[in-house]
Amino acid sequence: MAVNYNAKEEADGHPSGVGVPGGAGKSRKPDNTAFKQQRLPAWQPILTAGTVLPAFFIIGLIFIPIGIGIFVTSNNIREYEIDYTGTDSSSPCNKCLNVSWNSTPPCTCTINFTLDQPFETNVFMYYGLSNFYQNHRRYVKSRDDSQLNGDNNSLLHPSKECEPYSMSENKPIAPCGAIANSMFNDTLELFRIDNETRTPITLNKKGIAWWTDKNVKFRNPSGNTNNLTALFQGTTKPVNWPKPVYMLDSETDNNGFINEDFIVWMRTAALPTFRKLYRLIERKNNLQPTLQAGKYSLDITYNYPVHSFDGRKRMILSTISWMGGKNPFLGIAYITVGSICFFLGVVLLVIHHKYGNRNTSADIPN
Amino acid sequence: MPVNLFEQFQRAANAYFLFLLILQLIPEISSLSWFTTIVPLMMVFTITAVKDATDDCFRHKSDNQVNNRQAEADLLLLSSSEPHGLCYIETAELDGETNLKVRQALPVTSELGADIRRLAEFDGVVVCEPPNNKLDKFTGVLFWKDNRYSLNNEKMLLRGCVLRNTGWCFGMVIFAGPDTKLMQNSGRTKFKRTSIDRLMNTLVLWIFGFLVCMGIILAIGNSIWEQQVGAHFRIYLYWNEVVNSSVFSGFLTFWSYIIILNSVVPISLYVSVEVIRLGHSYFINWDRKMYYPKKDTPAEVRTTTLNEELGQIEYIFSDKTGTITQNIMTFNKCSINGKTYGKSVLINKTVPVDFSFNPLADRKFQFYDHSLIESIKLGDSVVHEFFRLLSLCHTVIVWVFFLVGELIYQVQSPDEGALVTAARNFGFIFKSRTPETITVEEMGKLVTYQLLAILDFNNIRKRMSVIVQTPDGQIKLYCKGADTILFERLHPSNEELMDLTSDHLEEFAGEGLRTLALAYKNLTEEHFKEWFKILQEANTSLDSRNEHLAAAYEEIEKDMMLLGATAIEDKLQEGVTETIASLSLANIKIWVLTGDKQETAMNIGYSCHMLTDTMNEIFIVAGHTVMKIQYSDREYFVFQAHALEADLENEFVEVACMCKTVICCRATPLQKAQVVELVKKHRKAVTLAIGDGANDISMIKSAHIGIGISGEEGMQAVLASDYSFAQFRYLKQLLLVHGRWSYFRMCKFLCYFFYKNFSFTLVHFWFGFFCGFSAQTVYDQWFITLFNIVYASLPVLAMGLFDQDVNEQNSMDYAKLYEPGQLNLLFNKRKFFICIAHGVYTSFALFFIPYGAFYNTAGEDGKHIADYQSFAVTILSIICFVSFYLQIALDTSYWTAINRFFILGSIAVYFAILFAMHSDGIFVIFPNHFPFESDMKKKIVVPPPSSHAALVFISAATHLNPPLESILHFWIMSNFRCCQRIL
Repeated sequence: MAVNYNAKEEADGHPSGVGVPGGAGKSRKPDNTAFKQQRLPAWQPILTAGTVLPAFFIIGLIFIPIGIGIFVTSNNIREYEIDYTGTDSSSPCNKCLNVSWNSTPPCTCTINFTLDQPFETNVFMYYGLSNFYQNHRRYVKSRDDSQLNGDNNSLLHPSKECEPYSMSENKPIAPCGAIANSMFNDTLELFRIDNETRTPITLNKKGIAWWTDKNVKFRNPSGNTNNLTALFQGTTKPVNWPKPVYMLDSETDNNGFINEDFIVWMRTAALPTFRKLYRLIERKNNLQPTLQAGKYSLDITYNYPVHSFDGRKRMILSTISWMGGKNPFLGIAYITVGSICFFLGVVLLVIHHKYGNRNTSADIPN
Repeated sequence: MPVNLFEQFQRAANAYFLFLLILQLIPEISSLSWFTTIVPLMMVFTITAVKDATDDCFRHKSDNQVNNRQAEADLLLLSSSEPHGLCYIETAELDGETNLKVRQALPVTSELGADIRRLAEFDGVVVCEPPNNKLDKFTGVLFWKDNRYSLNNEKMLLRGCVLRNTGWCFGMVIFAGPDTKLMQNSGRTKFKRTSIDRLMNTLVLWIFGFLVCMGIILAIGNSIWEQQVGAHFRIYLYWNEVVNSSVFSGFLTFWSYIIILNSVVPISLYVSVEVIRLGHSYFINWDRKMYYPKKDTPAEVRTTTLNEELGQIEYIFSDKTGTITQNIMTFNKCSINGKTYGKSVLINKTVPVDFSFNPLADRKFQFYDHSLIESIKLGDSVVHEFFRLLSLCHTVIVWVFFLVGELIYQVQSPDEGALVTAARNFGFIFKSRTPETITVEEMGKLVTYQLLAILDFNNIRKRMSVIVQTPDGQIKLYCKGADTILFERLHPSNEELMDLTSDHLEEFAGEGLRTLALAYKNLTEEHFKEWFKILQEANTSLDSRNEHLAAAYEEIEKDMMLLGATAIEDKLQEGVTETIASLSLANIKIWVLTGDKQETAMNIGYSCHMLTDTMNEIFIVAGHTVMKIQYSDREYFVFQAHALEADLENEFVEVACMCKTVICCRATPLQKAQVVELVKKHRKAVTLAIGDGANDISMIKSAHIGIGISGEEGMQAVLASDYSFAQFRYLKQLLLVHGRWSYFRMCKFLCYFFYKNFSFTLVHFWFGFFCGFSAQTVYDQWFITLFNIVYASLPVLAMGLFDQDVNEQNSMDYAKLYEPGQLNLLFNKRKFFICIAHGVYTSFALFFIPYGAFYNTAGEDGKHIADYQSFAVTILSIICFVSFYLQIALDTSYWTAINRFFILGSIAVYFAILFAMHSDGIFVIFPNHFPFESDMKKKIVVPPPSSHAALVFISAATHLNPPLESILHFWIMSNFRCCQRIL
């Protein structure tokens, strides 16, 4: 009897966790692992006045100099912009305002301008368009990337996305789509006027496209001939173009789909006001600036109509710094945010000093 | 699987996504490829299907468990092993009462006995009331052999009751299955949803409205644009012939924008919430602090969708028997002849009394007052009489195991068992009983008493008596019962002793002990014989026999001599007092709902410190009438459940909610549920019901959260519950730790999720104003496809699963931390708008700062002009870092290795995918699907300073407010005294 009782008491008295003694099954006691018991070692950062206040000051102190740096750099960039749309009746290009795509002879106009300061480094010549919706959904998708990549099948059977610019006169259009169809085709030429003599400035038309675009993304159709005319056999030019794609340039490595002007145009802009690289003006020697201060004239072959949709065309000459083209926005934004941070830091510090001391123990016992 | 798919499409949300998918197949509308919707949709379907399958598996397992239990039914008792067709039952499963009840078969049917042939020939017809939930009423008529017999509840064995002291019985099934009274009482199974769920549904509807508004704004914008600008721009951008009016174009654009902006109504929201809840459920299952080694039962989550509500509980409704108490009674103190014996174990660390002189003593019995044993040994006659009474006046049945020589008492109620065991240990050992005799070993000497009469216990009499004849011919009446009843029936000479004893009784009651008063009376033979005649008459009377019997009992039970009183401890479960104390600190109100009688319930109230002597005014509602309730500063409130039947609902809730403690006694299962429903309805509070028996099922089902204690009383409560564990005290861990964390994590998750989706999606809205409202997306389609399921899903899941603001110990120690959940502070409509506002602001910065940085400018090599692809990749990278990763880093307060891995891993995956998509290889293979090939490697490794700068800048600009918020929060918090200790 006594033995019985003792055995029972022991079983009750020691909750050993082995479960039912002699039970066949495994104990259902949960495993004692840090994961299951939610005791995983962890780093517990806690935002206190002691950590947040310095953060505010540090952000302020870092941002203001950066902002100033960016702002100064941006201001040092030389940039000259001419709007040659010709909406103003006094503008030399006013006569060309209502040109259409294929007007012959082409309308030309010349605009004279003066650079007050020399452009020391390489100069980038851009054309800029405003109010031009290259980012419109129907516009953006209206292209056939495999056609542009030189796929022979797509060349003759352009993608549905190109509609309604995929077929013309029962022939497939190469390159198809609205983007290609609306390619910018003004010609801009730059002259330096020195004592009434016009010296043309060499404009480099190669090296204006992204390397990958030029070498990977855009390829001419393949075939066993170098004759582009033969390769584009059976296709027709985009409706708006005066000449087919294989006649864009005289040089073979800049003709057809790999024409750099074409590639630049095909890289659609994000915003309705944009600029695209047109030409490079390389610095010739170290003694002279690329573009000296002085008088210049811009000759425009005005083919591209923008007036109907209230568009604007510009020519921009710009140098480039380590942070890109001229853009005061970022510098100002940095200075603003840095100042706000610093100011808030001061305000919060004052508040903290005034009211925060009530709480003596800011550290949390863990 | 196909069935599962069909079910999934029935859910409104999924039907909506299917609708989107169809929209995308219309080329005029399609602003995104079909895969941007189908990939996440398939993912969501797969996860949901897997989860449903797991749940189904689990349910099958549970169902099997139920089916293994023997099926029971409501029976009409026909015959039993006991004389007169008597049958003893225990109805703890039904009403929580543990004392035995007697049922008696009709005399005509009890004759059938155990004769199977005759029973098989029994062809009576019962006409009775339709199934209902009244446990104590039954009316019906039995037609048999051209006779009609009226039937009442006394002849019924209900499903859920247990036979006691009865060998066998035969019955006729009246109700089975769902018609049984037990099942009728178990309430309807409702689909439970948390308040966050409901809020989420509302918010999703609002967001949907917001989405439609944005769609309309952009569609109108599109119509105007097409008319003002687009019409002139047609030289470069032809209309399709289908779309030839600006209004129609606006209409199509509306649908296009609905497709693009649909990510504000997050496709993965519901599935992520489910995954997080499942994770929390596993954490509860795995918690060793809720594992009960004695029974090898871990806590178990049976409904995985309610976890965060555990952090918002305001009212707990608890059963008493088996939930708060262990249902084990111990003889703790007594008052004999004006002297108290027994000391509190906790106060005096005295050695328990050594009962070794008594070989038949129960080893588990412990008593801490040596003076009592001294008095017995000294032969104090009153003390002897006291224990003699305890050994004689009861209905205990004894079994003797001869091999061990051990006595096993089979008791009707645990109280009785405790008393008889006490008598046994003090040397008055009840050894055997026959219908006519009781044999007791008194201090080593066998004495056999003639049992002349047993005056039964019932709820009205609240006492029982026996009349015995000692071997020397003396006739004695021994009576034990409720003090209030007994004191009215004492001989006037007892007044002094009575005063003394009632002082003691008060003291005992104050400690939460169950008390009984004991008295005896010497009877002369003539007196007894005279009375016995009255008894016989009463017994044979045909109508209202009970009243006659009661009158006869009343006749003899008077002028008794008081012996003393006993105090029995209804043992609380371990840790109940502490648990209740900390839950009260957490501002959770605990109501005890029990089927037990008022005194018992109040005793428990005292013993678990829910009631204390210092509380003023006991307020008891027992009537049926509408009574004026005065609003004074009552602190607790005890009422009998039938008060609910009166038209008192509003007053009841008003008053009850003002009180600190509420105890509801004599509650039927359905009334328990009714109380829960009342509080739910009038207080809009989150309720939790906890119980262990079948009588708690309805309450468990109607509360927001039902908890089953897997205790003695079978599995029915557990099977109806949402959570189950073995001990009441685990409730503290469940609510204060798991509930609080779940709520905290879920709220953080939702805030982040809405923020993320808004900041991500609204960028398209801003872009709409610059792309002619043409529904052009800012990011490429692959990013839109993957952002919610690949880039931004795992870090937030890790936060939703592992985040902790304070650790387990602090959650337990500072119960006040539970309050934000009750007040619904961490996620509500206001909080939602703040998240949305933050998201809108971020998206604004995300779009306009790159816009400013890219506007009309060129990159550092002059070639990278503001082309669409660079712009998209810049915004995309910024969005990933700022809106996804930096925000999650600021939100995460508990950085486990998993969090770190997921965040860093997501960043790595983002770059990996970015590089892969911009690589030459993938472009060459699918030129039309991945048209973004570029020298991104160079771009990322040597980032263009402008986009890089923009990134840093936006990070700072958009996250000024979280540190700001937290620092302000910190100051506010530090001024709260209650939180001072934790901060």
